[in-house]
Amino acid sequence: MLEIKNLHVQLEEEDKQILKGVDLTVEAGKVHAIMGPNGSGKSTLSYVLSGRDGYEVTEGSATLEGEDLLEMEPEERAAAGVFLAFQYPVEIPGVGNMTFLRTAVNAQRKARGEEELSAADFLKLVREKAKSLKIDADMLKRPVNVGFSGGEKKRNEILQMAMLEPKMCILDETDSGLDVDAMKLVAEGVNALRDEGRGFLVITHYQRLLDHIKPDVVHIMANGRIVKTGGPELALEVEHNGYADILAEVN
Amino acid sequence: MALAQAKQTATEERLASMSLPEMCGCTRAAREDALVRVREMGLPGRRDEYWKYTRPDTLISAEAPHAVVFDAGEPLIFEDMDNLKIVFVDGVFSPEESDDLTLEGVTIDRIEDICHKDIHWAKELYGKLEARGQVPVQRPLAALNTAYAKDGVAIHVSGKPSKPICLMYRHASEASDAMLHHIVRVEPGAEVTVLEIGPAASRFNKCMEIDIADNGTLHHVRAQGRDHERRAVTHMFTRLGEESTYKSFTLTANGVLTRNEQVVELTGDNAVAHVAGACVGDGDFHHDDTVFITHDAVNCESRQVFKKVLRNGATGVFQGKILVKEGAQKTDGYQISQSLLLDDDSQFLAKPELEIYADDVACSHGSTSGAIDETALFYLRSRGVPHKDATNMLTLAFLAEAVDEIEDKELAEEIVTRLEGWLARRS
Repeated sequence: MLEIKNLHVQLEEEDKQILKGVDLTVEAGKVHAIMGPNGSGKSTLSYVLSGRDGYEVTEGSATLEGEDLLEMEPEERAAAGVFLAFQYPVEIPGVGNMTFLRTAVNAQRKARGEEELSAADFLKLVREKAKSLKIDADMLKRPVNVGFSGGEKKRNEILQMAMLEPKMCILDETDSGLDVDAMKLVAEGVNALRDEGRGFLVITHYQRLLDHIKPDVVHIMANGRIVKTGGPELALEVEHNGYADILAEVN
Repeated sequence: MALAQAKQTATEERLASMSLPEMCGCTRAAREDALVRVREMGLPGRRDEYWKYTRPDTLISAEAPHAVVFDAGEPLIFEDMDNLKIVFVDGVFSPEESDDLTLEGVTIDRIEDICHKDIHWAKELYGKLEARGQVPVQRPLAALNTAYAKDGVAIHVSGKPSKPICLMYRHASEASDAMLHHIVRVEPGAEVTVLEIGPAASRFNKCMEIDIADNGTLHHVRAQGRDHERRAVTHMFTRLGEESTYKSFTLTANGVLTRNEQVVELTGDNAVAHVAGACVGDGDFHHDDTVFITHDAVNCESRQVFKKVLRNGATGVFQGKILVKEGAQKTDGYQISQSLLLDDDSQFLAKPELEIYADDVACSHGSTSGAIDETALFYLRSRGVPHKDATNMLTLAFLAEAVDEIEDKELAEEIVTRLEGWLARRS
């Protein structure tokens, strides 16, 4: 589904190479986890895939079902099926959460040539999805993420993901800032979306999220490259021994 | 001090180009006084501090610059809503287009008609708040209006009329130069909503004096637009009694020159005054909000919320002052002026001022200028919202704090809907 080949990325404003040849393939129906120390390029990878400004791809490719993602605007990538759950969801004062969700859902449907959801159908759908994530009516009415707790913000990300039904979900440190209960709730939301037609790329520092969202494949990223790939046991190894051993072994 | 020669010449040239209305009735003395004031002050010039950011030339020239009449392709805002319409075409009252002026709780007369009667309240109000508002800052264009305006309405509110009174200003002629003077008296405990809509004329000078008695309430919602070449200078002089409320919101779209002055005086304890404005301008758009709020009583609250969205070289100006007089303790004053600059060519000029002579007050002010928040923009786009739609969503969100000042949700929604349409249609 998602195919990344030899991806090299540098910051636009300074001549600093961040990704130095990432190769990664995520198959439909699979959950891939990327772990790695701070500064290894994990978040950059998620931003580059979703189209954030400020990064320059100097070499390599990234495609979703054969379509070149790097040529697309962020909104086109979203319509093609890419979804990034932000590490720090953005607060947008003055834009109601419900309005935001509806605009996003219908913009994507329109871009794909599908009929837009009616207000009634949308409302029904959002209430149903919100309920399972324990998001109350008040949170839907409030401006996007404004005054939300850390847990509420992350649940709101998952709600957007559930509403948009992307093909490729990228979760950037979705566990950061969450207590155990909130993490479980978020993980349940993610697990409910696991599907044969959908791929996941879960970026995390810690094994604990992977206790709840069981990965099929675990990658270790360091210094802008995937340095090791294995099964779920690789995450446990990191948990017990830290990154130092693996990095030493690779080097 | 004698006026500078150039100023005196410009003033006399302007005065010579106009004719005074028939001097009679209850406005006569006020008009004569106003004319003396105009001659003493002289019309505004480029060197006047109060006109530092806005060039008054085209507002005082003997002839109004022509302005093409713009077909917006849609009814005026609020036009289709249920309200009592008083229509002026190029500044002249149109009885054919206006509704019947009878409405329970309110008496409405044309200024022309009250000139021939001796209406006590009108005599007490016409030109009086304007004259008070000349200190400490001179507002000669308002005095000019008091002296020369031939049309306008006198609204006497004694109850709670069931629907808003809507002053509708149509623009019909390219050479129109209109002047209107309205007076509104809200009796104790009475409440009214006054709407003002439309482009009015190629050049428009409007003055409204509002006297709100104890426990009275006046809501004012105005939509200026959308003719591109129109010019306007407006003054609202408002005096508030005890426990009274004044809430004013203005939406401005397009126009090469708009100067809106709000002069508010809180004279009774526990009074509340909110003035807000949202404007959206493009290219040679120039918009100036000049506000002067005087706290002269205890425990009063005032809010100023002004938001401007500017692009393609548009200019926004804000001059806002809170004056807290000695003894006006427990004053709660708030002032915010912000601009959203959609490119590097547009500019926002702000002069927030506080002058406080009481020691137990809370006054805050802030002024900012900024671009669209790129992080928020990316967030919206990453969810599939196209660039332009996302920019428009953030633009509306920016204006929301000002629009939220409108208490009537139906009116507020109408404003938002129109704004959405205008933003969506522009390239």
